[in-house]
Amino acid sequence: MNDKNIIITGLIIFFVFLTFPFWYNMGKASPVPEPKLTDKAKAAKECVEPKEYMKVEHMQILDIWRDGVVREANRVYINEKGKKFNMSLSTGDDSCTGCHSNKADFCDKCHDYTSVTPYCWDCHIEPPKEKK
Amino acid sequence: MENSRRSFLKLAGISALGLGTKPVLNAFASSGEKHGPEIFPNQEALTAKRWAMVIDTRKFESEEDLEPIIAACHKIHNVPKLKEKRHKIDWLWTDDFKHVFTYQEHEFVNDRVKHLPFLVLCNHCEKPACVRACPTKATFQRDDGIVLMDFHRCIGCRFCMAACPYGSRSFNFRDPRPFISEEDKNFPTRMKGVVEKCNFCAERLAVGKMPACVEASNGAIVVGDLHDPESEIRELLKNNYTIRRKPSLGAGPAIYYIV
Repeated sequence: MNDKNIIITGLIIFFVFLTFPFWYNMGKASPVPEPKLTDKAKAAKECVEPKEYMKVEHMQILDIWRDGVVREANRVYINEKGKKFNMSLSTGDDSCTGCHSNKADFCDKCHDYTSVTPYCWDCHIEPPKEKK
Repeated sequence: MENSRRSFLKLAGISALGLGTKPVLNAFASSGEKHGPEIFPNQEALTAKRWAMVIDTRKFESEEDLEPIIAACHKIHNVPKLKEKRHKIDWLWTDDFKHVFTYQEHEFVNDRVKHLPFLVLCNHCEKPACVRACPTKATFQRDDGIVLMDFHRCIGCRFCMAACPYGSRSFNFRDPRPFISEEDKNFPTRMKGVVEKCNFCAERLAVGKMPACVEASNGAIVVGDLHDPESEIRELLKNNYTIRRKPSLGAGPAIYYIV
């Protein structure tokens, strides 16, 4: 019962150690990355669906597209506005990467930031580097 | 409350009414809704009720005649060229008569057939054993008879390879990328640990093109609809004697050979 000081000091050291990552990195948070658009993507103004939707749901769309194309041979996507799109991630100029041909500045930027590693590019061939 | 027949019937009546309103409400709710996005097949797509292929082996003389056909297939599908036999990946390849038509072979088979290489590929069976064996439904059969693979779903268990009586499937024991001399941007490669095989050029049929082997064969290979009596393939089958590989297994292969 006489070790009050030692215990409290120990607790403080433990607490500081525990929270070390938080105050060590304080104020150093990297800014939220802003994906860069290619000129072609800028000129198109809008993607398959509105930007906000694409930001949150692009993986769902890709998933639906994948099943549609592989299993049902459905390759044409018509959005709510009635515009037609070729359902493909990497085939031809009217595919996803036909427009977003800057993988490093578009896909990777957010994926790295959020620490997700989609395995698309294990098989799908990356768009040629920096062709603007 | 005392249970009586009267109260029970009342309760049952109200419940039935409640159940009955659900579909009515649903119908009202959906009638005013906006149309969501829709998904369609390509308009130019080639379709059939049951795809099949006839290979006229009389038009081939040697390995040289078949090489360009195999090359065309392997090039557009990014099939890697691996030297070691146990690592080999093939979608379309050749073999001898005695190996291709195991049951038809005999000692006195004629010279031409004995030495002729035969094109072999996935038979796109009517009752595919691989589809039944696949635990993840990565391999499936489309309504038009084409046996396809969803490479995304393949876990590399190789049950399908054990099930296939024709050895039509290859496994990527290694990362195939370094062994593809010229990548075709319009088709994905595969990755290590995935099974692959001929896909009847489903990606070409979907945009209105004939399979690559058909285009490269100068008319020796014909694909078409088995269920269409007017089709070229039915004409060929009617006028020529054709054989299939291991028909007694009952898999119903869709590749017919004119020998």
